[in-house]
Amino acid sequence: MPKKLFSLEELEELRKEILSKREPDKPVITVCTGTGCQTYGATNVYETFLQEVKNQGLEDKLGVKATGCHGFCEKGVVVVVFPEEISYLKVKPEDVPEVVRAVAKKGILERLLYEDPVTGKKIAKESEIPFYKNQSRIVFGNNKYIDPKNIEDYIALGGYSALSKALSQMSSDQVLEEIDKANLRGRGGGGFPASRKWKETKNAPGEPKYVIVNCDEGDPGAYMDRSLMEGNPHSVLEGLIIGAYAIGAHEGFIYVRQEYPLACENLNWAIKQAEEYGFLGENILGSGFNFRVKVHRGAGAFVSGESSALMSAVEGKAGEPRFKYIHTAVSGVKGRPSNLNNVETWATVPLIINKGADWFRSIGTEGSKGTKIFSLVGKVNNTGLVEVPMGMTLRQVIYDIGGGILKGKRFKAVQTGGPSGGVIPEQYLDTPVDFDELTKLGSMMGSGGMVVMDEDTCMVDVARYFVNFLCEESCGKCIPCREGLRLLRVILNDVCQGKGKEGDIEVIEEVAEVMAAASLCALGTTAANPVLSTLRYFRDEYEAHIKEKRCPAKFCKDLTSFYIQPEKCQACLICLRNCPAGAINGDKGLVHWIAQEKCSKCGICFEVCPPRFSAVVKLSGEPIPEPPPPGTKVIRKKEG
Amino acid sequence: MEEMIALEIDGKEVKAKEGMTILEAARGANIEIPTLCYHEKLKPYGACRICSVEAERGGRVRIVAACGYPVEGGLLVRTRSPKIDRIRKVIIELVAPLAMSDGGISGELRRLADEYGADIHRFESRLQVEPTRCILCGLCVRYCDEVMGGHAIGFMGRGIERRVVFFPERASRFCPTCHECYEVCPTGKIAAETDGSIFPKFSIDDFLSGKM
Repeated sequence: MPKKLFSLEELEELRKEILSKREPDKPVITVCTGTGCQTYGATNVYETFLQEVKNQGLEDKLGVKATGCHGFCEKGVVVVVFPEEISYLKVKPEDVPEVVRAVAKKGILERLLYEDPVTGKKIAKESEIPFYKNQSRIVFGNNKYIDPKNIEDYIALGGYSALSKALSQMSSDQVLEEIDKANLRGRGGGGFPASRKWKETKNAPGEPKYVIVNCDEGDPGAYMDRSLMEGNPHSVLEGLIIGAYAIGAHEGFIYVRQEYPLACENLNWAIKQAEEYGFLGENILGSGFNFRVKVHRGAGAFVSGESSALMSAVEGKAGEPRFKYIHTAVSGVKGRPSNLNNVETWATVPLIINKGADWFRSIGTEGSKGTKIFSLVGKVNNTGLVEVPMGMTLRQVIYDIGGGILKGKRFKAVQTGGPSGGVIPEQYLDTPVDFDELTKLGSMMGSGGMVVMDEDTCMVDVARYFVNFLCEESCGKCIPCREGLRLLRVILNDVCQGKGKEGDIEVIEEVAEVMAAASLCALGTTAANPVLSTLRYFRDEYEAHIKEKRCPAKFCKDLTSFYIQPEKCQACLICLRNCPAGAINGDKGLVHWIAQEKCSKCGICFEVCPPRFSAVVKLSGEPIPEPPPPGTKVIRKKEG
Repeated sequence: MEEMIALEIDGKEVKAKEGMTILEAARGANIEIPTLCYHEKLKPYGACRICSVEAERGGRVRIVAACGYPVEGGLLVRTRSPKIDRIRKVIIELVAPLAMSDGGISGELRRLADEYGADIHRFESRLQVEPTRCILCGLCVRYCDEVMGGHAIGFMGRGIERRVVFFPERASRFCPTCHECYEVCPTGKIAAETDGSIFPKFSIDDFLSGKM
């Protein structure tokens, strides 16, 4: 049982003691065991490392450690060897003995290093890989140094020093002023100034007051909060305790969505350890301030991320939004003043207290300070979690960090803000990432989902995807949102299937206006955004679907056909053999052709046709040429 | 003496007690605002949104639900405007296919459809919803909970799958002698479909599957 800490001095004493026991030059193999890497078998890799170090008799010379998510999830399992921070990617259990041997000899195992896709150059140091090099990881960066189940790792990096500073050297008002001066805006989506909410709760009559962490991240493709909560739970806790002190709350809730078991596990560990060390509970660090926190596990509802719905859920009721004409900051959980912020916002608080509002304000744009973590996914080369200063342009995020579009395709749009956000087309790629700038474009920052789309993405289908998602994830309480979504889904399905009617776009706009104006909660008022923003920038695609029965991206199955160009087909039989519907006719030496009535439009023939032939094409909105006469022979291409 | 708050509704000065909603203040002054999910014995719920009005304060106009928005001094409320009428019309058109019975709708929804010129068949063929005759206003659910303490009725499902169900273990005890929900149901669905007795036509599976 560790000794409970009663003062700033005792904490600093402990920190010195932890650091004195550490051997900074001793090689440590760290394995990312975040959920992303776990899906690639990180737990197995980690255990294999432990065993292998034992087998090679190197237990005294080499350390092995499980850490949180590094962000380069696509290249998992991510292994980094300290102190040089050599990054090994896509590590499999069978690679482990070789890595251990290399580390023992202080060498580098070339074959698992990052390879630059353009130059082919290998890069050893993690920080020099372009994906990492262009980021500023002030909130997320400590994940890689920390075993989330070990509070000493967090303390060694200066953890809880912001809390001790706040409690011992600052009044609660001073803490609030510092956050106000920093202009910290909510990272959960709306970008509402955190200090305004804090003040409102602080000044609201009624006791007890509550502080709450929103870890109900649910936007498709987004997982920043999960990785932060899994990888560095103490940073969230520390921020929450500081916030509670500033507001005068003695109870807190951490709402974690059902689908995040590891985040819950690591958080519960963190709470237990924080209690043991005296960061939570009675008389925190001898300051006389008391604070307790409970973890509330969600029941699997996207809508519970909405503040009033989340508070209903915390009360044990169904997670449905209610009126917010009186803010939840004044009347939230059980009608008490309740301040809610998301995971990333809370995790930013200790940094501001430690380094000061001026430092924080030096990062970012006029209206949006600090950094933002995005989950960069979709048709981009490097997918993963990226943390960038506000004000970086979308182009820099997608090209410099994301490495550009997959397979050299053309960029079409990037979707930000999840189901409440919208798409941003190519002409705005130089827009800085900033709460207000993205809103101006009809999208929003949201919690940080960034889904990159290429030329093969149909924008009507994108709208349909989000509307479908919301049909299932809306609570269904109010008519405009529920019935509006139901109607939008039918119309968008029709449009994608070539059954759209003249006037459908106008109906969409009419219903969207009502949804935006009259829905009960913010999810409802923004539910039509994915449709409206695709309409705003890609109206021609809607019109092509409706008027010409043509899908410009050649994506919508009902509007697209596959056709083998007889003059290009080399009768290699590959498509014929791979066609699951048996729709391809032909033989050795004879041009292949697709029997359209049998074709299920799975696209396999298109995928497998060797690029040097590229005989299979997609057609939309144009007649399919007649197949060649039976027995048509191949026109051989001259090789070379 | 309780503090009275002065606001303006449709150009008429109205005095209301603090904590009252726009709807209560308006009704007190004989100004009509339509509702579908409101009941004076129940807490405001805000599901039907038909009571949406324009509320202006400091030059900023917001669309708010009159049943839940607390009165504020100097608030300017407009209960009718082209935008409000459009919202109400579309809401009626969206929900009418659910309420349909024998090819038409009845009661307050019928009256509102006429008043706002809503075409109740506008989205009917497109939506292809089952005309359950239930508009999910939640009056039965909330009346059973808040007034009767029966807790025998509830919602199941989410989003467009939302529906009202009777919980058999509670319903079998409370419902036979109560029937209060017959009166609050705005479409008459419950009375029409429960046969007036102890739900003899329904099995537990029917209850759970939401056929009730």
